[in-house]
Amino acid sequence: MAAQHFYAQTEIDGIMMAKNNFCAGAIYEYSSWNKYWEGTYKRENLNFGTVSTQKIAFNGNYGITDNLNVIFSIPYVTTNATAGTMAGQKGFQDLSLTLKSLVYEKEIKGNWLSFYVLGGLSVPTSNYVADYLPLSIGLHSKTASVRLMSDYQYGNLFATVSGAYVKRSNIKIDRNVYFTDVMHYTNEVDMPDGISFNARVGYRTSRLIAEAVFDNWTTQKGGFDITTNNMPFPSNTMNMTKIGFNGKYNLKQISGLAIIGGLNHVITGRNVGQSDSFYGGLFYVLDFTKKTKTTTTDEK
Amino acid sequence: MKNNIYITLEKCCLFALLLLNFSCTNDIEESNQQYPQLNPVNPDLLAGTWKPILLTAPDEFAIDAPLAVTTAAYKAEINEIKSYQSNITADQERIIKYWSVGGVLRWNEIMQTLVARHNRPPYQNPDGTYPAPSAANPFANPQFPFSNPPFAARAYAYVSAAQYDAMVATWHYKQLYNRASPFVVDNSIQVLVPKSTLPSYPSEDGALAGVTVEILKLLFPTEIAYIQEKADEQKLYRIISGANVRSDVEAGVALGKKIAAKFTVRATTDGAGAAIGNQALWTQLETNAIAKGETPWRSLDLPARPPMLPLFGSVKSFLMTPDNVVANRPLPPPSTNSPQFLTELNEVKRYSQDDSKENMKIVAFWADGVGTYTPPGHWNAIADAAFVEQNYSEVRWARNLALLNLAMMDAAICCWDAKYFYFNPRPCQADASIKTLTGVPNFPAYVSGHSTFSGAASTVLSHLIPSKTSEFSAMATEASNSRLFGAIHYRSDCENGLLLGKAVGNFAVNRAATDGAK
Repeated sequence: MAAQHFYAQTEIDGIMMAKNNFCAGAIYEYSSWNKYWEGTYKRENLNFGTVSTQKIAFNGNYGITDNLNVIFSIPYVTTNATAGTMAGQKGFQDLSLTLKSLVYEKEIKGNWLSFYVLGGLSVPTSNYVADYLPLSIGLHSKTASVRLMSDYQYGNLFATVSGAYVKRSNIKIDRNVYFTDVMHYTNEVDMPDGISFNARVGYRTSRLIAEAVFDNWTTQKGGFDITTNNMPFPSNTMNMTKIGFNGKYNLKQISGLAIIGGLNHVITGRNVGQSDSFYGGLFYVLDFTKKTKTTTTDEK
Repeated sequence: MKNNIYITLEKCCLFALLLLNFSCTNDIEESNQQYPQLNPVNPDLLAGTWKPILLTAPDEFAIDAPLAVTTAAYKAEINEIKSYQSNITADQERIIKYWSVGGVLRWNEIMQTLVARHNRPPYQNPDGTYPAPSAANPFANPQFPFSNPPFAARAYAYVSAAQYDAMVATWHYKQLYNRASPFVVDNSIQVLVPKSTLPSYPSEDGALAGVTVEILKLLFPTEIAYIQEKADEQKLYRIISGANVRSDVEAGVALGKKIAAKFTVRATTDGAGAAIGNQALWTQLETNAIAKGETPWRSLDLPARPPMLPLFGSVKSFLMTPDNVVANRPLPPPSTNSPQFLTELNEVKRYSQDDSKENMKIVAFWADGVGTYTPPGHWNAIADAAFVEQNYSEVRWARNLALLNLAMMDAAICCWDAKYFYFNPRPCQADASIKTLTGVPNFPAYVSGHSTFSGAASTVLSHLIPSKTSEFSAMATEASNSRLFGAIHYRSDCENGLLLGKAVGNFAVNRAATDGAK
């Protein structure tokens, strides 16, 4: 039920920060659903009405070299239900750190093929409660991921595909016995891992990026379905396929300032809300090299 | 440039390795997997003289005298053990490890599983009404039962009480027939569990399997296949482990079934089947409250759901008379028009605004809501962990769980009696701005069920294990407070619920003092 564990997608693109450049930004995202999948059964729940998640994420991306970037993100999340009695939650969620490396790049008749490897870690930054779905702000699991990504730029058009395996640590909940599909006499919950797949195509110049995105998250073995009229649980199988649109525009007037925005729609899922979301944000590039490099893209 | 790529690749691989190391292994050790094999300090040799709960006497139901250990048929049974022991499979080892911790304990855990699996309110019809589970048609949607707290309290009580009576009868016949254990008759048999000094016929595990399967057919009819599989494992474990021969086990099963039949008859006539009430009654409850000048309880579920088991207060108790129930009914809650009501409502509102981690932790720990083993199940788990440390015999395990669960069934009866006698609204009905930290149950507020269950359970457990009195009462107080902290109960619901629970628990304590088990 928690859409919050899906990675911020900003790092899954074929763009590197140049060496010694630091890009800082903030993103606001609003996401809501009034229907969800209980296992495979799609339903509404009048006791929650519309469940919304608002997120303000602070992001940074630093170019260690032209081919190696370090990216971080930390969101502050607020949840709310429009009906029923259950109180919404708020707090700082998980800090994610990603090392992104451009490992191979080749020019083919003026077009560019590149491969990237991304390693990510995320850790909860507060003691928020995971076992309060669908209104908990996250799942409180530490994660480690490896993502392989390929990007092809053809003139001003591009396509990027990537896939990641996300390993999740066990979590502890505030109960010492709980029931999944069997009883567990422990406060520890085995969190199933996940595989993320992301594909995007669109138009890309150093001024403007406009892209369509397809994204899938598939929980690996160990998860289980929400049974009829039951409450969700952190180790549920939570699968989700969404489509969306992202845009990024680097302002002419203020060099280094970029505006981003986008929309996402969940088309199918399992034990998750069918959320619609939109987001917008601002990013600013600081150049610590004292040179006059101003763009965030490598010279293609 | 190429070098750079290799260096970068190297860095990435290092990073990836680091990631793999970082993620800890997912193996979780669960507390009930660590329990030792049952090896009672005191075998309770005289338990055949203890007072049964429903049986008129330990020998109300007869079993055949066993065959002599010198017969060919008995020798064939010894050979069956040897045959199994010559080739024990990994699955059989698992079965032995699981069941040798104790039959009463394992069945209690299985009960907790069944309750949790079926503790889900029915999903509404398209027209906004709700279907009701039907014992006559248990597989229809919604499946029978909806094992909500009163149902669960009663189910735990029937299983525990029937098991206790079966154990008393078993102990009686063990003494009467005094048949030696297979490993005494033939010392070449290995014994894979601690050797019991008790006579072997009938088998206590056989009796537990027999009585429990039969009673659960009534309580969880859709689970027969799962339950039978567990029972078959338990019976097999006794034979493979060399603790019983097959005729010991079968005599136990036969005895257990006869005893269960008596409990089944009682269960079908104790009033629980009619506890759901009907529209006329639901309307009447509301009308009565309005006539008294009070704000009547209203369902906060959407769509509004009929109140949960309004006639459960009339279910026939094992330990209390209907007059006892009325005599122990708490004094009225503050009138919904009174200044004290408003004061208490404001207090709830203040708690609703405290979403500190410490507060949420207490609320979550004791929530025991939908999809869980319920508050009575929570207290069973607390009792199980405490009893394991005491190394009880099976008969004492059964007795002590029976006392606990009879008390919690009475807590359900008395609490539900009060809830529907007063029909008091929940805090977030009285003030819609109050948000809760756990789900609001679908029945009136006064008195708190968690508090009543916890008061009763801690009273009984403290009597059984006096050295843990302060621990059990602290838990009961915290469980009770959790409902105020979670903003779903007023202070008077919690405090008076705890008091009611203690009063109810004393009926079980009085029985414990006179059942011959001291």
